[in-house]
Amino acid sequence: MIIKAGIILLILLISLMFPGVINKTNAKIGGRKGAPVLQVLYDNIRLLKKGNVYSRTTGFVFRLAPLVYFASILSCVLFIPLGNHKAVFSFDGDFVLFAYLMALGRFFMILAAMDTGSGFEGMGANREAYYSMLAEPAFFIVIASLSLFTDHTSFYDLFNHLHPQSNLSYLIAFLAIYVFSLLALAENSRLPVDDPKTHLELTMVHEVMILDHSGFDLALIQLAGGLKFAIYGALIHNLAVPVSLPFALQLAILLGVEVIFAMIVGVMESLRARNKMMKNPQWLIAISALAVIAFLAVLIITRKFSLV
Amino acid sequence: MAVFLVIVALSLVLFLVPKKFLYPLAFGLQALIIIFTSYLAVRAFAEPEALRIFFFRLTDNDIYLVIDRMSAFFVLTINLTLFTGILYAKGYLKSYYGSKNTSELALHYFSFVWLHLSMLLVCVLRDGLGFLVAWELMSLSSFFLVIFESEKKDIIRTGIQYLIQMHIGLAFLITAFLLAGMKSGGTIGFDGLPAYFDHYKSFGVFLLFFAGFGIKAGFIPFHTWLPHAHPAAPSHVSGVMSGVMIKMGLYGILRVLTSVHDGLLQIGVFILAVSLVSGIAGIILALVQQDIKKMLAYSSIENVGIIGTGIGLGTIGTAAGIPALAVLGYSGAFLHIFNHSLFKSMLFYASGNVYRQTHTRNMDQLGGLAKTMPATAFFFLLGATAIAGLPPLNGFISEFLLYSGMFRSLSASDFSLSLVLLGGIIGLVLIGGLTLYCFTKAFGIVFLGNARSDRPSHAREAERSMLFPLLFISLFMAAIGIFPFLIAEPLGKIVTIFVPDASLLNAALPPLSGISIVFAFLFLVIFLLFLLRSRLEKKRTVTMDSTWGCGNTAADPALNQYTARSYADYIETFTRHLAGVKKKYDPIEKDEIFPAGRTYESHNTDVFEDRLISGPTGRLMAFLEKIAVFQTGNIQHYLLYAIVFIAIVILLTLMGVMS
Repeated sequence: MIIKAGIILLILLISLMFPGVINKTNAKIGGRKGAPVLQVLYDNIRLLKKGNVYSRTTGFVFRLAPLVYFASILSCVLFIPLGNHKAVFSFDGDFVLFAYLMALGRFFMILAAMDTGSGFEGMGANREAYYSMLAEPAFFIVIASLSLFTDHTSFYDLFNHLHPQSNLSYLIAFLAIYVFSLLALAENSRLPVDDPKTHLELTMVHEVMILDHSGFDLALIQLAGGLKFAIYGALIHNLAVPVSLPFALQLAILLGVEVIFAMIVGVMESLRARNKMMKNPQWLIAISALAVIAFLAVLIITRKFSLV
Repeated sequence: MAVFLVIVALSLVLFLVPKKFLYPLAFGLQALIIIFTSYLAVRAFAEPEALRIFFFRLTDNDIYLVIDRMSAFFVLTINLTLFTGILYAKGYLKSYYGSKNTSELALHYFSFVWLHLSMLLVCVLRDGLGFLVAWELMSLSSFFLVIFESEKKDIIRTGIQYLIQMHIGLAFLITAFLLAGMKSGGTIGFDGLPAYFDHYKSFGVFLLFFAGFGIKAGFIPFHTWLPHAHPAAPSHVSGVMSGVMIKMGLYGILRVLTSVHDGLLQIGVFILAVSLVSGIAGIILALVQQDIKKMLAYSSIENVGIIGTGIGLGTIGTAAGIPALAVLGYSGAFLHIFNHSLFKSMLFYASGNVYRQTHTRNMDQLGGLAKTMPATAFFFLLGATAIAGLPPLNGFISEFLLYSGMFRSLSASDFSLSLVLLGGIIGLVLIGGLTLYCFTKAFGIVFLGNARSDRPSHAREAERSMLFPLLFISLFMAAIGIFPFLIAEPLGKIVTIFVPDASLLNAALPPLSGISIVFAFLFLVIFLLFLLRSRLEKKRTVTMDSTWGCGNTAADPALNQYTARSYADYIETFTRHLAGVKKKYDPIEKDEIFPAGRTYESHNTDVFEDRLISGPTGRLMAFLEKIAVFQTGNIQHYLLYAIVFIAIVILLTLMGVMS
């Protein structure tokens, strides 16, 4: 029980500093000093202290959406196992609920954007719906590959039976990690799909959806953004690290994986430009294509595919 | 039988009573039917053996009503939806009481009662002739329901088109029944099918059945009646037609499948493929619609696709000997049949409320209704969440069963089956993503933002009798969504028809109670956050202001937002060959500094309808018109034709061709 709470607490802590690490890396590469790593936390605390400004056009959906969004992402945190410790919510097919909870949050954020009656936010809503539809299959294909490989269907069992099988598991894990990293970028609206630093509404995806949120609601949305990154980081950790390692070491590695992941995102964001809007669908479909390669690799490894 | 005759007699009385007694009589009749048949269904459900009731004697042939668990399930589903349908009809038909005369209304109620009766009979009759008669009654009564607003020309046209397509379906069914019955020398009807399928190749005749039932169910490419008939019918009728009537096609397919034991793999893969195509193409076509009821009609095609996916997976599971896939596939299909009957009728009723208030179904003229019609908006939101398969509502549970089935069977399947399952998973995920896209559009454009024309300006909340059915349905939806473990047992009982071994059943159904705990946590967090925000807001100032407009405050709020058309623009370009959208406008030239006013038109088409129905019939008509040159109206010409004809006959006889 205490261990489970500890894991959740660690993920929550990581989520608070994740965006800060990205920004710090960005700043260092750009030759700037950069804001403190916990600046995002300070910003959110200040937001929590502020009153809300609502648009007159909006109604109950707009007020409900940030709560549902944050609650659904927070519930997703409780699906993440660590090492040989089960998550709070762990049952067969839990990853389906995990993915659909994320979708629930997205659904309400899209509706909240539509509720403002703004052309800009409609643009963001529309792009979010389209891009997420294109990105969604990749997650399921990767999980299908893992479950084909391990013959199990819950996060805990998938990760626990991944590595003891054979050394070939690292091949699968590598592909899966790569796909999850790309997905994390797409899900969190980072480069190259979307640029969180852009100042032109016409080129935004996520930022333009939350133009009218303020105060408490905005803080929730930003905290949820950090959580999403931390969740993906934890999934990547689970794929990469064998469960046999001691627990304390696992925790340390988790912290390391998350920091490195954030730094990689930061480095990448400093070095490359955003995709053209029209290129995004291709980029997103390519993730699923990569995931299919993972699936085919598992078919070959498990000897289901033979020429006879 | 006696009860049946009483109901028939009472339904005829509908034509005799004055206007104000019509609704009470129809309601009472349906209540009688519902109570009686539900009692029988519940009794049948308890027993593993089918309940057989003597119905009547036809020459030397006894006809029985046979209620097994599958029939009982369909009977209960029908009763529930027809109950909300007649409840909703009270408010919806009120405005027609002025313009329609007594006999028109009586015919409407009469058809509604008979649609109910005929659907129940379809589910319990096994005899070929009896089944086909009930099937035909169902088509006819729904035809009269569709053409309720018969003073409109295009509604009559749609009705006739519907009637013709239903009879093409009937022709397939008659052929299939006769073929199977004659070849095996047994009885014509469902009871004769096992004898046929056990001795002959099953795929051909199954295909005939699939085509016949598929037209009713709305599988692509047999779906072309759906997007026309649903918008034409009054909302309580569309809700019932889409909620349960199209499921009769699925019932037929399932009933035929119970008799097939060989060649199931082929059949399963075929159903799965057709279903995934129906699902994806259906929802893409739904996404590009502007007419809200047409959108819902296409989304029914998508949902039939999801159900078909379940049936296909179940069949494959049975064929490949993977019990988990068979159990979860079939139970997912059955649960989705029930779920869809709930949320689709809810969405149709809610859009009926919108239509009643605004007199338009065009989404581009609506907007901002959540403020004037909050209860309707809330129920539509529930329906949209459920239909997108999102937790914590019932739509998620049935999709969860399908996903579980596919993921669990991956390692047990061989190479090609793994790929089939992967295709199923990708298809279902895509359908999910597209549905989310489609219903954020539907809810967002109709209920959120600002009004796009002055139509919604006079809208008021619908009256209680038009909201109560929605509340009633939403309770079922929430119950299945939040307490899914409650339905595991009844579902398992239905599935025993396909997977008789009960021990396999219990092993396969996943522990659904885990889901409830997650939802409890989700609700708790939302509630706590809400409390926290309310407390914080008391201490701070909450300001109301206008939406961020990038500094531009002069823009017309009605125009400065997304429309149904532009929201779907990405999909339109992505899938232009499937849902061809034709736009007509003059582009703004470079040297046009002050652009003048312009018009913009857009139409969307359905590629299947164009290629399969409009295209061929159009060509046929063009050809027939060319032939019409012979029809000159000149008596001399007609005499000449007669002489030529006689000359040809004589010539052919002389040459010995006609002897």
